[in-house]
Formats: sequence, C-alpha cells, structure tokens
Amino acid sequence: MNAPSVYGTVGVILQLLIVIGLSPLLIGLMRQIRARLEGRAGPGIGQPWRDLRKLMRKQRTSPRGTSEVFRVAPLLLVATCLVVAAVAPFVTTASALDPVADLFAVVALLTLGTVALALAGLDTGTAFGGMGASRETTIIALVEPTMLVAIFALSVPVGSTNLAAIVTSGLDDPAQVFSPVSLLAAVALIVVIIAETGRLPVDNPSTHLELTMVHEAMVLEYSGPDLAMVELASAMRLTVFLGLLANLFVPWGIATSGSVPVIAIGVLAFVVKVAVLGTALAVGEVFLAKLRLFRVPELLAGSFVLGLLAVAASFFLA
Amino acid sequence: MSTALYTQLLNLVAGAFLLTAVLILWRRELTGIIDVFALQGVALATLVGIIAVAEGSAELGAVAVGVLVLRAGVLPWVLRRAAASAGVAQRETKPLVNVVSSLLAAAALTLLAYAVSQPLVELAPSPATHAIPVGMAVVLIGFFVLVTRRLALSQLVGFLLLDNGITAVGFLTATGVGLIVELGVSLDVLLVVLVLQVLKTRMREAFGATDLDELRELHD
Repeated sequence: MNAPSVYGTVGVILQLLIVIGLSPLLIGLMRQIRARLEGRAGPGIGQPWRDLRKLMRKQRTSPRGTSEVFRVAPLLLVATCLVVAAVAPFVTTASALDPVADLFAVVALLTLGTVALALAGLDTGTAFGGMGASRETTIIALVEPTMLVAIFALSVPVGSTNLAAIVTSGLDDPAQVFSPVSLLAAVALIVVIIAETGRLPVDNPSTHLELTMVHEAMVLEYSGPDLAMVELASAMRLTVFLGLLANLFVPWGIATSGSVPVIAIGVLAFVVKVAVLGTALAVGEVFLAKLRLFRVPELLAGSFVLGLLAVAASFFLA
Repeated sequence: MSTALYTQLLNLVAGAFLLTAVLILWRRELTGIIDVFALQGVALATLVGIIAVAEGSAELGAVAVGVLVLRAGVLPWVLRRAAASAGVAQRETKPLVNVVSSLLAAAALTLLAYAVSQPLVELAPSPATHAIPVGMAVVLIGFFVLVTRRLALSQLVGFLLLDNGITAVGFLTATGVGLIVELGVSLDVLLVVLVLQVLKTRMREAFGATDLDELRELHD
C-alpha cells in the first residue's frame, strides 16, 4: 500500500497547484466571456494574474485604527481555501488527506474564511465595511445550513459524510446521480454557491456602487498585497465551490486509483468541468439583473427548503 | 417494466410533484402560480400513468388520461380565464405569512407529513407506499396556501393543491379508487372551481377587489 500513498500525495500537490494556478484564469475566462457577449474586446484571460502581480509589488498599508483582525483575515481566508483545495476530492478520490475531507469540516472551513472577512470589514470601522459585513452575515446565515443540508442529502444513501466516499459511490452507481434527491440537492447547491461566491443575482462582482455591493464593501479598505490575497482567495473559493459541485453531481473522470494516466485524466476532467461550469455561470450572468437585497433571503430560504426536501426525500423515497 | 426502473421513475415524478407544490408557495404572480399548478397536474397524471403501466391496468390508464385533461388542461384554463378577467396581472403582494416563512413552514410541513404517514407506509412497504409522505406533504402545503393567502384565486389554487395531494395519496395507497368514484370526485372538483369562479366574479363586481379580508366588515 505504499504506491497509492505516493500517488495520493502527488494528487494533493496537483490539486493545490491547479487551484492556485488556474483560479485567477477562471475569473479571467469568465470576465472575458462576459466582455465578448456584451460586445467588448475584453482584457484577456490572463488579466487577473497581471493584476495580482501588480498588487503584490505594492507597499503594504493598513488604515489607522485597525487591529490584528484586519491583518490576519486575508491570510486566514487564503489558508482555509488552501486546506479545502488540498483535501477535497477534485483530481483524485484516493487523496493522502482523505479522512479530513469530511463534509462538515469542509463547509466549516469555507465559512471560517467568510467570517474572517466579515470581521475584518467590521474592524475597519467604516460605514461600508460594516454594511458589507452585516449583509454578508445575513447571507451566510442562510447559505451555510443550505450547503450542509444539500450535501448531507447526498451522503444519506452513501452512509458516510466523507466527500470522497460520496463521489466514489456516485461513480459506482450512476442511477444515484439522476435521482430526485440529487436533482433537488443540485439546485439548492447551485443557488447557494452563486450567493456564497458573490455572483450576479445576489451580488455584482464588478460593481463599486455603494448601495448594492456586498463582498466589495468588505474589502474596500484593503490594498496592495493584502488585496491581492483577498482577490486570490475569492477566485480560489469560486474554483473550490464549482469543483465540489462538478464532482458531487458529475463525478466521471476523477481518478480513483493511483497511476500516471489516470491522474492525468483526472486533472484534465477537473479543469474541463470547472471551465464549463464557469462559462455557464458567466453566460447566465449576462442575462440576469441583480436581485433586490430584501429578496435575497427569499431566494436562499427557497434553496434551503429544496435542500431540506432533498434530505427528506432521501429518507422517505429510499 | 423492471422494478428498479419503476421505483426510479416513481421517485422522480413524486419529487417533481412535491417541487411544484413548493414553487406555488414561492411564486407571487398569479399567472406563474397557475402555470406551476398545470405542471403539477402533468406530474400527477404521469404518476398515475406509471402506476397504470406497472399494474398493467387499462382502466387506470384511462383515469390517468382523465387526470391529465382535467388537472393540466381544464382547471388551469378556467383559472387563467378567471385571472385574465381581473384585468392587470395580479400579484399576491401581502400574504398573511411572508414568503420566506411560508417556505420554511413548507419544510416543516414536509417533515410532519413524513412523521404522520410512517404507520401507513409500514402497513405495506412498497415503492408506491414509500411515496405517500409526498402526497401528504402536498395536502398540508395546499391547506397552508388556503389559509395564508389573501386573493380568492390563490386560495382556490390552495384548495386544488389539497385535492391533488388527496388524489395522489389515494393512488399511491390503493392504486386508485375505481373509475366511477374518481370520475365523481373530479366532477365535484370541477364544479367547485366553476362555482367559486362565479362567486369571485360577483365579489369583484360588488367590492372591486377579491381580497377576502375585506369581507370581514359589513357593508350597506
């Protein structure tokens, strides 16, 4: 059993490299698609990386009166994303850190990052920071239970909350992927992922209009390397969420054993699936207007109900 | 039809049936609600059709066609006419319980339905009886719509939802209650809807609105 663990370690390192290296490109791809559909030339998909490089070279500043909370938040945000990127089953299910890839641990880690950023927004003491933090907290209070419930619905037939086990059982039994349970859970998860990553009907990622922004309001005071960290982390979160969605509902292509061609296919499948989902999201955003903030809890409560129905259905239609 | 495929299809249709009930709670525009209600009629007819194929019963197949015509065709058509006669697109702007709470209530009602129908399921466990909680949940959600909505038309949809749920439970427990009984019940429902539509028109002529809360006070 020595060889699989070597491949497991390789898988973990590959997943980290892919998520770090490709997530800014994913953002670039989505912006480029949007630009083209709106009739603009667009800056090219490498632009987020160029922005990050520029920000990294700048001097580090922090507003007067801010505490350690403000300085630690970007690090915490990046760190939680990296841990999730390492443990979740993206490229291979035979990961060396497999036992850590528990549903509750992963969701808690992702939420920890959001909470850190919300606290940082409060810490600056500006009106926008507080407003953004309060909105983000409203959203996360409904997003987190929905996410837990939706993935839990998938874990009921499997009998394990380990993400790799859920993905593997989806591979073994394709009928499970097309059941009403996974249909309801998929819809619920798509809605919360859109809300959580601050995409269009909930939050507009490209606006700096005071009254509408959520995520941008919290990071308004960041600059230089700190802003680069926040931007990188939010790109990584998007990749992580889309990767989870892809592998939970379309598990085919993921490496289940350790050998070079299988892992290569796993990498390719993951990149393609995330790129396709990102493209779909970007195309969808062109046709959507931002939802009124007071309607957002309604959307999220709806997706929570769908998640709960998925759990209920996985029990009574078993 | 193999048992596995039968179970899979039954579960899928039951899921769609429940989903449409929740969507009715979610939507605000009356025309949207009626569209979703028509979809639910299709889901119910498909449910009956699947049971008919599994049982190999031609009578049940005829009932499925009847259900499709009545619940996905005639009733939505009558409702659409009633909505159109009211003029501008009506919206359920202020239900007694707001949309977020009613969605959460629907979740609670589904769990309640699951709890109360457990003894029924245990009597004769089969793929069809396992879906009884879905029918029960639609009954409860329909009742919830009936008591919390203000517009006459959305209360009518609530009543029809209740009836859809009862029909579904009937087919899932006893694979139908006989053609004559089903025909009688369906005609009754149609009659109720027609009578209520006439009542609604009279109300609108008398009071200018169909908000039933206005009927609490006496007028000259």
